[in-house]
Amino acid sequence: MASIPFEHALLLASVLFALGLVALLIRRNLIVMLMSVEIMLNAAGLAFIAAGSRWGQPDGQVMFLLVLTLAAAEVGVGLGLVLQIYRRYKTLDVDRLSEMQG
Amino acid sequence: MLNLLWLVPFMPLAGFLILTASEGRLPRAYVPWIGAGSVGLSAALAASLAFELLALAPEARVFRQTLWHWMAAGDFGVDFAFYLDALSLNMLLVVTGVGFLIHVYSAGYMADDPSMARFFAYMNLFVFAMLILVLADNLPLLYLGWEGVGLCSYLLIGFWYEKPENGYAARKAFVVTRVGDTAMALGLFLMFSQLGTLDIQEAMARASTQWPAGSALPTAAALLLLGGAVGKSAQLPLQVWLPDAMAGPTPISALIHAATMVTAGVYLIARTHALFALAPEVQTLVAAIGAITLLMSGFSALTQTDIKRILAYSTISQIGYMFLALGVGAWSAAIFHLTTHAFFKALLFLGAGAVILSLHHEQDIFRMGGLRRSLPLVFWTFIVGLAALVALPFTSGYYSKHEILLSAYGSGAAGPWLWAAGTAGAILTGLYSTRLLLVAFFGTERTQAHSHYGSNIGVPLVVLAILSLAGGLAKLPLFPALPETGTEETGGSIGLATTAAPFLGVAIGYLVYRTGTASAEALLQLPGAETLRRLWFSGWGMDWVYDRLFVFPFIALARLNKGDAVDRLYQGIVALTRLGHCMLVPTQTGQLRRYAAGMLFGAALILALGVWS
Repeated sequence: MASIPFEHALLLASVLFALGLVALLIRRNLIVMLMSVEIMLNAAGLAFIAAGSRWGQPDGQVMFLLVLTLAAAEVGVGLGLVLQIYRRYKTLDVDRLSEMQG
Repeated sequence: MLNLLWLVPFMPLAGFLILTASEGRLPRAYVPWIGAGSVGLSAALAASLAFELLALAPEARVFRQTLWHWMAAGDFGVDFAFYLDALSLNMLLVVTGVGFLIHVYSAGYMADDPSMARFFAYMNLFVFAMLILVLADNLPLLYLGWEGVGLCSYLLIGFWYEKPENGYAARKAFVVTRVGDTAMALGLFLMFSQLGTLDIQEAMARASTQWPAGSALPTAAALLLLGGAVGKSAQLPLQVWLPDAMAGPTPISALIHAATMVTAGVYLIARTHALFALAPEVQTLVAAIGAITLLMSGFSALTQTDIKRILAYSTISQIGYMFLALGVGAWSAAIFHLTTHAFFKALLFLGAGAVILSLHHEQDIFRMGGLRRSLPLVFWTFIVGLAALVALPFTSGYYSKHEILLSAYGSGAAGPWLWAAGTAGAILTGLYSTRLLLVAFFGTERTQAHSHYGSNIGVPLVVLAILSLAGGLAKLPLFPALPETGTEETGGSIGLATTAAPFLGVAIGYLVYRTGTASAEALLQLPGAETLRRLWFSGWGMDWVYDRLFVFPFIALARLNKGDAVDRLYQGIVALTRLGHCMLVPTQTGQLRRYAAGMLFGAALILALGVWS
């Protein structure tokens, strides 16, 4: 089994992270923003896996499991909040949800 | 039985706690019972302890009781421990005994006062603090009691706080005594740093072995302790607070400002007599302070018109005698005079209180007159008190004052001078006492007296009168708590002159204020007499001097620094923070995506710093 070069895996991870970041910055829908955060988390996870296999350490996979759990918890809380926000404001546009200002 | 010693101070503490915790909701009828009862139990217990302790051989009359460790830090450890010997037993009996009588009296005197519960609570707290002071085994505990009585004195002088001048008198007493207390605290620090202990007996023993007599260290320590003593005992130059302290209710003047607290300085010096014996110059200073104070306040007492202020100056003068005795090394004579003075001065103050109560708070003796007929019981007990005060033979005051004056005479080169000052003071005492008696109790009735005092005022007067008469016979043997002072037999003429001096004063007083041979008004016509009278009336103008030396400059400084220079710095910090806040507020837009962009920017910045630096 031909191993995937480490650089390729890192490149993929960076591209995924950048995609997620850009989506987070340009999209206004809260659910989509939540999804882009998920993508960024998974990109970070991928980088961990690649690094783990590169140096033959199990820590990378351990960290990925941690990231996975975190992401699940984040989605749980995030979706709950989104639901509440929608019930209250009848919108999911973040630019319109800007009451909290100094 | 001696193990119950701790109960003596803690009984009044319990009374204080009950009265305070009930916040005045206790039925009025119970309040005096708790207030006086707790001290009464203490007095009974103290009396039984006295019998037990005095049954022992003189050398074995020492009892220590450690209740708990108060504090410990490194080598420094202080126990909450009591030390009972003949000296502290004497004080214990005076404080609880006279204290109990005054509490009983207060039940009558304060019967109509709306905040009687507060009064008794403070009184009980005072008795507790005073007992801690006299029983303390170490100097920090003594200092706790010392400050405790100072606090109670402050609270009780300002008891009628609605009148601003009472609050002023209370603050004055507190601040002036604090000057002395600071010196005393420094003395304690010095002793601890040099001797390594604050246990009184241990420190005295170490001082005697480590410090050579007359060297700098014991002199400094004794001077600092003397500073505390003159503050508390109202001696020169810190005596100015006591006359003003008469703003408090009269039982307070009797208990705190005559019988117990003001004599704490005498007790302190007697307690640390080994230290003072190592510093002969300081001891001479003690005698000189006593002699000068007793003369100065004797003259001041001559001119006062307020019955309580006369007694206040007289108290300063009598404590001057005690200091004189301490200064010449007549330790037990000083404590003896302290005891008899507690009896007769408490009696005089309580008598004055009964007069004041009957005349609806009239305190000017020139508006009294003729009280002999309207208040016969007060009159007769007052005569007994005055007789003991002027030291007429066979009253208690005679024995103690006689002993002091004879000891002073035989105390080296300065002895005759000290004796002369004391004897002159005795003439003055006779003079102002006669004046007080003749003006207030004889002559025509100027204010109608309504004698509506009950038995709880009459009985303490009678008991104290008996004690003032016979107290001279009940001298506690103070050896070996205090060293014996062998009063060598002085010439009979000196003893005779000492005995005769009060009669001379009384005779002059009789001539001036009764027969009118040389009336006071005629005397005032003499050149300079009016100036002198004013000087004496104002307590030798010491208040005037202190006002200009300390009070006014301090007030001016306080005015100058109204904005508080130090506070400006902190106000500047606050303003700076607020400015930063205002500058940063516009960045908080509520736009979630901007925050995300900000985070991105920040993260990129930190990464860039990490990569290229």
